Amino acid sequence: MDFNYDIIVIGAGHAGCEAATTAANLGSKTLLITMDMNKIAQMSCNPAIGGIAKGQIVREIDALGGQMGIVTDRTAIQFRMLNRSKGPAMWSPRSQSDRMQFIHEWTKIVSNTDNLYIWQDTVTKFIFKNGAVVGIKTALGVEMHAKAVILTAGTFLTGLMHVGTTQIAGGRVSEPASYGITEQLKEMGFTTDRMKTGTPMRIDERSIDFSKLTEQPGDIDFHKFSYLKEVKRELPQRSCWITFTNEKTHEILNQGLEFSPLYNGQIQSIGPRYCPSIETKIVTFADKTSHQLFLEPEGVHSTEWYINGFSSSLPLQTQIEAVHTVPGLENVQLFRPGYAIEYDFFDPTQLTHTLETKRIKNLFFAGQVNGTTGYEEAAGQGMIAGINAHINIHGGKEFVLHRNEAYIGVLIDDLVTKGVDEPYRMFTSRAEYRILLRQDNADERLTEKGYNLGLVDKNRFEQYKNKREEMNSLMDFLKNKSIKPNDINAFLASKNSSELSHGCKLADLVLRPQLDIYSLAKAVPSLKNKIENISEIREEIVEAVEIILKYAGYIDREKMIAEKLHRLENIQIKDKLDYENILSLSTEARQKLKKINPETIGQASRIPGISPSDVNILLVMMGR
Amino acid sequence: MNSNTICAISTPPGSGGIAVIRVSGENALSISDKVFKFKNLEERLADKAGYTVHFGNILDKKNQIVDEVLATVFRSPHSFTGEDVVEIACHGSVYIQEQILQLLIENGCSLARPGEFSMRAFSNGKMDLSQAEAVADLIASTTEASHRMAMNQMRGGFSGELRKLRGKMLNFVSLVELELDFSEEEVEFADREQLSALATEIHTKITTLVNSFKTGNVLKAGIPVALVGETNVGKSTLLNVLLNEDRAIVSDIHGTTRDTIEDMVNIEDITFRFIDTAGIRKTSDEIEKIGIERTYQKIEQSDIVLWIVDCTQVTEHIEWLTEKISKKAEGKKTILVFNKIDKLADDEREVIDELFNRFEAERIYISAKKRINTDKLKKALLTASQLKRIGADDVIVNNVRHYEALRLAQADIERVLDGINTGISGDFLSQDIRSCLHHLGEITGQITNDEVLGEIFSKFCIGK
Repeated sequence: MDFNYDIIVIGAGHAGCEAATTAANLGSKTLLITMDMNKIAQMSCNPAIGGIAKGQIVREIDALGGQMGIVTDRTAIQFRMLNRSKGPAMWSPRSQSDRMQFIHEWTKIVSNTDNLYIWQDTVTKFIFKNGAVVGIKTALGVEMHAKAVILTAGTFLTGLMHVGTTQIAGGRVSEPASYGITEQLKEMGFTTDRMKTGTPMRIDERSIDFSKLTEQPGDIDFHKFSYLKEVKRELPQRSCWITFTNEKTHEILNQGLEFSPLYNGQIQSIGPRYCPSIETKIVTFADKTSHQLFLEPEGVHSTEWYINGFSSSLPLQTQIEAVHTVPGLENVQLFRPGYAIEYDFFDPTQLTHTLETKRIKNLFFAGQVNGTTGYEEAAGQGMIAGINAHINIHGGKEFVLHRNEAYIGVLIDDLVTKGVDEPYRMFTSRAEYRILLRQDNADERLTEKGYNLGLVDKNRFEQYKNKREEMNSLMDFLKNKSIKPNDINAFLASKNSSELSHGCKLADLVLRPQLDIYSLAKAVPSLKNKIENISEIREEIVEAVEIILKYAGYIDREKMIAEKLHRLENIQIKDKLDYENILSLSTEARQKLKKINPETIGQASRIPGISPSDVNILLVMMGR
Repeated sequence: MNSNTICAISTPPGSGGIAVIRVSGENALSISDKVFKFKNLEERLADKAGYTVHFGNILDKKNQIVDEVLATVFRSPHSFTGEDVVEIACHGSVYIQEQILQLLIENGCSLARPGEFSMRAFSNGKMDLSQAEAVADLIASTTEASHRMAMNQMRGGFSGELRKLRGKMLNFVSLVELELDFSEEEVEFADREQLSALATEIHTKITTLVNSFKTGNVLKAGIPVALVGETNVGKSTLLNVLLNEDRAIVSDIHGTTRDTIEDMVNIEDITFRFIDTAGIRKTSDEIEKIGIERTYQKIEQSDIVLWIVDCTQVTEHIEWLTEKISKKAEGKKTILVFNKIDKLADDEREVIDELFNRFEAERIYISAKKRINTDKLKKALLTASQLKRIGADDVIVNNVRHYEALRLAQADIERVLDGINTGISGDFLSQDIRSCLHHLGEITGQITNDEVLGEIFSKFCIGK
């Protein structure tokens, strides 16, 4: 062991694991450093992956050749496709995963990846040379060398946990914090600040009265996260359960407020508005007399349950008293209380779109250190950092996904352009072209890119090509197959769909809101045959074709808009203008443009504080 | 970039009680000091604070006093342009004004190009584009009503109206997005009726602004009036009478065709733009081929048609011509003006009445030369203009860029309404909503994704 690597990844969470496996799979000799090898890819908060906009990110990670989708499917104990009543761009896969199995599956992958090494230790210092990072030093006193370093420290940098007035230093419950890195980076000129997040109590299944709760079972169908046919959901499925807080609960919580770190000034840093603690909810929305709570199982065999919606940093006793007022939880036993945690993050506008720092060459940041939340957001960044760290070392064109290509592209562009003022989470409304960024077409958007990078293997690429072929074949069939009124009118009438007066193509019927490919197959034997001849992932193929046909109008229009607006994305301005001397720009615009140094006018237009007239001035300056 | 110092006479051209000459730029104070002298020769404008007024003399090269003036000092950035500015208020004689301007230029100023002060104000961030355009309109405004409109826009009346529209839009978008991104949350989602009501409100608002453009444009450019008539029916005389009597601001605008000269006439605060048609002659072939065609074009460009007939020359042929013209002028206000009524015997008038019996156009008998009934004609024009008098608070879109953006936004919100009514999903609605936001953003400032999320988090309890 000479401790010499191409790439060192600090932290084995969701960002670190994707970054390390990505870099190693591309061929870089990679070291993954973690404080605890038994907690690789730990789900620190709720035991669920995906959800609205987040599920799309997981599909993208999978399509690019990442691991999160595979691990999630293999460990899923409940799967739901959210937003099914909306258009297909809104369909979002979400699953509950067995937390221990999740760690286990990831550990198997990490241990079986060529070029990937693991070291259990805490990094305390970077080694810099000539404006570039060249290695790290650890708490055990080891000095290691690498051509690139990816920092994915999550909430561990100077982490501080709060339960009431009790404060405990640490990165996660029962795990120590990490010190030194923030101070060193600050000295190098990095801007850093504190963020806050929180997690609810975990409770014992044996003390829950399920008879008072409402069951929420999962979907039983073909949907899953990974595009790979051999990856399946195998674990027994479990339900979630719903209950509600009441006025009595709120009264107890209210009494505890004076000891709440959020309200007594103990915590100053910013928490996420979309994921407030229960005490924040009762203060901000005081007129609501009840809040919904979801009980989520932590595993197939685990008796540990997570109370979604009950995140809190109130004193232990208040948490216990409050939860005992909730129907079904009157006698509940806690495993551990909820807590809030404060941690260091680095203003992500200090990064380029490759997630390399602007200040120090070959140093990359990914995940929660960039001010994001969420396993999915972290993993997506991890992949991009892993890919680009590898490219930095071995050559090639930097790999950046654009806003019309992937949620991952939206995520990173938002981070490096706008910065963050609260923990950043993905929402579909952040994407301008969400009709293009669907969970059903992530492979179409990204798999070939992944293959060209060398990240998608032959097996996956072949499967992808076969799927496209099957889709095209079915599409051609539907578009060319003529239907005579006599053959279909009885069926149309039965579906309350207007009857044909003369013949049409089968595809025209698919467009009708009352009809779909499967129902038509019942009336058109040749279509039934056609579908039955699809040997693999039949349902997925039929669904994908149906989406393309039914929503072609919207999809084409979105593509047109994207292309039109993309004009600004093609006007490169990086390092071309001396913003300080363009007096017609507002002072704010001058400062922001100088700080961000946007790649394109498109990116400039998204910087907060840059007005349309500033953009016009930039266009004039660029002679447009 | 604006290193040179500019000057211009900022009050309207011509003689008045006083006139103001504005000097703006880096050297505004030092150049002014070369021509403006305090009684106490030690004092200099360059030493004075902003917002101060000083009495002194303008001296020429031979140290002769040109005028006694007041000089007002504005310090950057607290001036109209954002630069150092001196405003010299002198006596209003054209000679004095030009002398002072000449002296300033000799001492290093350059003469401002039209709109350059506003342009500088805009580039220095002193006003937004819509305000800058309003200033340009204010300078060009020729009537009280359009002046009021421009003033209102400068004070932000337009911006205020757009801010309200933006607020409504933000509320609407956040309700649509709430249902998409937070469908799993336990919050109350807007139903289709609510969304439809909100979208209708927004549509009404945008439509009002779109429709106001026509009024705004009319106020700025004047109501187009086509003067149609054969040669020698007294068109020029009539026009001159209208011009002379009202002493209105008259300017020449060269029309799209070279042979057209348009005259602006101000009648009781309403500007009329008279489009003269020169082409009609008596030869029937010519009338068919050239004259009529040309007249048709003019009629198309106008809101009001004055068909002027020489009472002493009425023939069957005129009747036929009138019929054709009034057909073309359908939808426009047509006024039949019988000129030279003074030369007409009473019994002849009956003949004419008989001849034009079939035409529904309003008829006025005048003598332009003797000024008989010209007041009636003016009243008829005012009535025909049917222009609501705009109050100080009315917001009117008077700029083509805003108009275009609003029209596109209007089409977008109409598609949104259709979508709501046919029950399509919010993610598809949002395609048109975003397009609408994009178009409104050109004038209201963009509504960002972050703003929409902020609106949602502030109104709804999110976070399961």
